[in-house]
Amino acid sequence: MEPMKILLVDDEQEFVTTLAERLELRNMKVMIAMSGESALGFVETDPPQVVVLDVMMPGLGGLEVLEKIKAMNSRIQVILLTGHGATKDGIRGMQLGAFDYLIKPIDIDELIKKLNEAVKRMP
Amino acid sequence: MALNLKKWFNIREGLQMLTDVDSASDRYRLLQRNIRILMIVLTIVPLSMMALINYHQYQKSLREEIISPETLLANKTRHSFEFFLKERQSLIKSISYFYSYDQLSDQKTLNHILLTLKEEFGGFVDLGLINGADGTQFCYAGPYHLLGKNYAEQSWFQEVMLKGTYISDVFMGYRKFPHIAIAVQRLEQSGRSWIVRTTIDTTMFDNLIAAMGLGAESDAFILNKDGIFQTNSRLYGKVLEHCPLVIPRGGHATYVAERKDPSGRDIFLTYTHFTHPEYTLVIVKPTSTVLKAWYALKSDLFFVFLASSILIVYVVFRLTNIMVNRIKEADQNRELAFRELQHHHKLSSIGRLAAGVAHEINNPLAIINEKAGLIKDLIEYTTDFTQKEKFSTLIGAILQSVNRCRTITHRLLGFAKRMEVEIENLDLNELLEEVLGFLEKEALYRNIDIGLELAKDLPRIDSDRGQLQQVFLNILNNAMAAVDDEGKIFIATREKDADTIAVSIRDNGCGMSEETLRHIFEPFFTTKKEHGTGLGLSITYGIVKKLGGDIEVMSKEHEGTTFKVFLPKKSNA
Repeated sequence: MEPMKILLVDDEQEFVTTLAERLELRNMKVMIAMSGESALGFVETDPPQVVVLDVMMPGLGGLEVLEKIKAMNSRIQVILLTGHGATKDGIRGMQLGAFDYLIKPIDIDELIKKLNEAVKRMP
Repeated sequence: MALNLKKWFNIREGLQMLTDVDSASDRYRLLQRNIRILMIVLTIVPLSMMALINYHQYQKSLREEIISPETLLANKTRHSFEFFLKERQSLIKSISYFYSYDQLSDQKTLNHILLTLKEEFGGFVDLGLINGADGTQFCYAGPYHLLGKNYAEQSWFQEVMLKGTYISDVFMGYRKFPHIAIAVQRLEQSGRSWIVRTTIDTTMFDNLIAAMGLGAESDAFILNKDGIFQTNSRLYGKVLEHCPLVIPRGGHATYVAERKDPSGRDIFLTYTHFTHPEYTLVIVKPTSTVLKAWYALKSDLFFVFLASSILIVYVVFRLTNIMVNRIKEADQNRELAFRELQHHHKLSSIGRLAAGVAHEINNPLAIINEKAGLIKDLIEYTTDFTQKEKFSTLIGAILQSVNRCRTITHRLLGFAKRMEVEIENLDLNELLEEVLGFLEKEALYRNIDIGLELAKDLPRIDSDRGQLQQVFLNILNNAMAAVDDEGKIFIATREKDADTIAVSIRDNGCGMSEETLRHIFEPFFTTKKEHGTGLGLSITYGIVKKLGGDIEVMSKEHEGTTFKVFLPKKSNA
């Protein structure tokens, strides 16, 4: 089975690199973007199966990026990461086409479960 | 006592005390008392003054009104008497001048004159001529045998010789009729002097007194200068008896006096003195009849005063009650509003702080979580790591701590969150059963008896399901923590009134001290030491308030705690 191809988008470098390493340990192909703009670049040049997208980012916000991704390639599944108390953002994201949302700090097993579900859902 | 009274009436001191007294009820009682005293003084004093002034004015004017008819009557009657006597006296005098000594000495002429007097004037009994030199009656017409009687030694004879005329006091004639005698001296130019003397019965006196038309309880009579009755008195004695009433002599006006008569009756005396003879006309009336109008007015005045005073006191008491209650209410409301505002401020500033802290901590926490997770992954994926066991335990502890932190930040945010309320129509009984589902396992394990008394036809309410779940979960969690194993928790729902539903959750656990009870809804207040965040009940309180409800807690140490949550049927959130 081909490894899952994932794009992690978060402005917190320490978080995003560590999470990426952990996912790679689990046999996934992980790309990292530190901003919404660079994330869109990846989607255009090397589209992943699933984007794990932080909602709170400077510059282009998570929900805008989500909209743009969905506009560019509706097949790509997006899982949002929100801070706690931002349930509203999560729900809004799902209305905009996100697959699901997780609250930071996340549990790795839960993330993997969601990723698997998201891939299965891909049209 | 005197000191006490002084203190009682010292309003200024009272007002001063108002600011010093600690106890609120004392303060209001004092305020009430002072307002009452002030209002009563301010109203009763002018009222009393007006009543007094009225009293005196009425007394003055009414007295005059009452007295003047009495004096008028006395004067009129006196004049009648005087006129009567004067007339008789003039008549006799005229006779002495119209007839000569010789003519009058003739028995026939004298008889004729007496007859004429009797017919024309009435009351004349006899007529006699007395010699001025020796006092012998030398001619006499009348029913008695008085011819030749010598009057020289009698006092009236001296008086008539001195003054020219004489009117006697009343005396009993031979026929036991009261009479008066009138004598007139005639001094001829020749130097001869003789006296015409007549006796008149006093029926006319009685007629004059009867003409006054006095009532049955009143009396009028004539007294001579020695206080001897000259006419019969209805109440005080017969003619020629001594009058028991003391009437002052002297003066020529008409006088009034209020006295007590010998039988103790209050009487109103009107008396006037005659100049000649020295008689006194006395009119006696019971004071009650004379002053009837005055007494009536006095009692009217008194009743008006009494009624007004009672009314004033009643109104003052009612008014002060209402006023002080209003003030009390206003004070309480202000206090309450102030406390709520304070509480609200406290919660919201803590909320902002909590949100800030939670957000700031969340990011590093996520990093720690991932780093520790990565270490754990690396250890697991590396097969030949020597201290795998130990490191796994260490990482597990870190992750556990991260989880605990996460729980705290979640709660902090939950507390701070101005979450939008999502209103739906829900069945509170159903919701409570759902919540109990979460706790079933623990209850079963600890053998805790959960009793339910849910009102069967409880109306559905509009509220936020998720938030209510949190509310009841929090309260039930606390109850579970409070009770020992095999403890009891009792949940009841009922319709409190047309707008409100009440849920009560009672446990027989350890209860709370009053100190704890006071702080129970404050954030970060906890009795669970390291197990609690102290946010549960403050969140609960916030949610219930936000949903338009209210929450009450009653507790007794070692006996248990009861939470009562009141929720509106219709949401106003």
